[in-house]
Amino acid sequence: MASTVRAYRRVIGSRLRAQATYRLSFTVELCAQVIAGGLELVTILAVFHNTTSLGGFGRNDVLLMYGLATFGFGLADLAVSQLNHLGELIRTGKFDVLLVRPLGTLGQVLTLDVQLRRLGRAAIGFATLLFALSVADISWSMAKLALLVVAPLAGAVIFSSVWVAACSICFWLVDGREFANSVTYGSSMFNSYPINIFSAWLRRLMAFVVPGAFVAYYPALVLLERTDPLGLPGWLGWTSPLVAVAATAVAGGVWRFAVRHYRGTGS
Amino acid sequence: MSLIEARDLRRTFTLRRKVGRFRRQRHEVVAVEDVSFAIEAGETVGYVGPNGAGKSTTIKMLTGILVPTGGFVRVCGLEPAARRRELAGRIGVVFGQRSQLWWDLPLLESFDLLRDIFRVPRAAHADRLDECVELLEMGPFLHTPVRQLSLGQRMRGEVTAALLHGPRLLVLDEPTIGLDLESKVRLRRFLARLNAERGTTLLLTTHDLDDIETLCRRLVVIDHGRVLADGPLAGLRAEVARERTLVVDLERPVPPLELPGARVAHVENDGSRQHLVFDRERLTAAALITAVAERAPVHDVSVLEPEIADVIRRLYELRESRALPVVDR
Repeated sequence: MASTVRAYRRVIGSRLRAQATYRLSFTVELCAQVIAGGLELVTILAVFHNTTSLGGFGRNDVLLMYGLATFGFGLADLAVSQLNHLGELIRTGKFDVLLVRPLGTLGQVLTLDVQLRRLGRAAIGFATLLFALSVADISWSMAKLALLVVAPLAGAVIFSSVWVAACSICFWLVDGREFANSVTYGSSMFNSYPINIFSAWLRRLMAFVVPGAFVAYYPALVLLERTDPLGLPGWLGWTSPLVAVAATAVAGGVWRFAVRHYRGTGS
Repeated sequence: MSLIEARDLRRTFTLRRKVGRFRRQRHEVVAVEDVSFAIEAGETVGYVGPNGAGKSTTIKMLTGILVPTGGFVRVCGLEPAARRRELAGRIGVVFGQRSQLWWDLPLLESFDLLRDIFRVPRAAHADRLDECVELLEMGPFLHTPVRQLSLGQRMRGEVTAALLHGPRLLVLDEPTIGLDLESKVRLRRFLARLNAERGTTLLLTTHDLDDIETLCRRLVVIDHGRVLADGPLAGLRAEVARERTLVVDLERPVPPLELPGARVAHVENDGSRQHLVFDRERLTAAALITAVAERAPVHDVSVLEPEIADVIRRLYELRESRALPVVDR
């Protein structure tokens, strides 16, 4: 166990060092990430330029949701975005190389590279979160403070799990990346808004099947002490760590099933 | 106990074929069918056959990448697919067409990472690395990023990467593909030495017959997923390719020689060099030379062994005519 952790630590360290040699491209790509994240923020501000309320929530409330979702998504993006190359790994046979090493396949895929530039999106989310907290009317307690720290991490874990499960489709469809991205990036978009503004079927899919509502919406309701316009109980906001654990278990199961399919058991 | 043991090893793939506009029909393709062989520690085995014969599929089942559809397989005493990670620490695998190095890292750093991944003690790693660097002359490019290496340099790195954890078995899937002659010779010399001095067992697939000639004492020939022949290289040659070619250089050009028990396969220099093919079971080279000398003064002679390509081609012909000899080991 300790030696596995050490192996991954060394691999990640080397990935970060390799990146440091391309400073210019790193800076440019970091800026691109900030701009991409910022555009979504501008969209929200533009909406509130024309209206004062979205599904019963004001601008500052929505910024809080956007901040939580984008910060969590940014962290997940940093951790698992290498999955975008999964189809290519399978197509080129490079995945086989990972199978003849004494490490698990998922960990190896995730650490093929670590793109620090993806911090740009997390940074936008974090900044927005700080701003939203400074303008929001929140009566703080220790419990809420704990939730504030845990929620983005749980959100990152939930997003990462969604990513792993969605990308597993590449083991069946080599061009599965488009499908996977529509789920992952779509989920990030969805979670930046109050979920009650979406139609019922979309909400059921993106908030509960893909447990996106536990990333930002329900934790934000707890922080703001708002009742859910959809009528679900307020304590749901406290369950996001549990949802994260469950999502991890499901994603792990999907991944193992997919790799077993690739290697040819049970097919 | 054998290092590799395969009994009735079988692998099928299910493909979906389009029938009509929307319907798809599943059908099974057999890639490897009832393949059996055992390889002992210290052997050097060439696993050969045409493209699509099932070589790579077999290799993937032996290394734990693919799960067999049926049959029994043990490598280093382990069931490969079930104990993939454990097996990975005991065998080395080189894919000629897929790199296991990090393209943006200097070669040396790739080796360092592999030390951590394979949990190799520092001292053992350093010893093995020093030896490989010396024998494969990698000193000048150890600090070069992998993406800047020539193919020959990179392959030396790949082989080293597969050996750093001290495996007893080295599996090489087309290790010399694309290499220039000098690189091939260097690699073969290194592998032969590895087998001779360390006793490392070698199993390689290749299309390069010189690889087999210089490295493999035993040949397993596979076609359409089945083992066509299995035996010592020398034995296979004697069994299925008994024909030899005598090349004679004559003092002066003569018309193609007509001699009993031999036929002229090729004539050079207007007839002053002739290639005579004969069956060595029925005629000795000495007798043939004497017969030639009676017709024309002989300047020089040489006897060509059949090339491995001929051996394999002959095997296919025999299989077609259903007269394939059973080659026992």
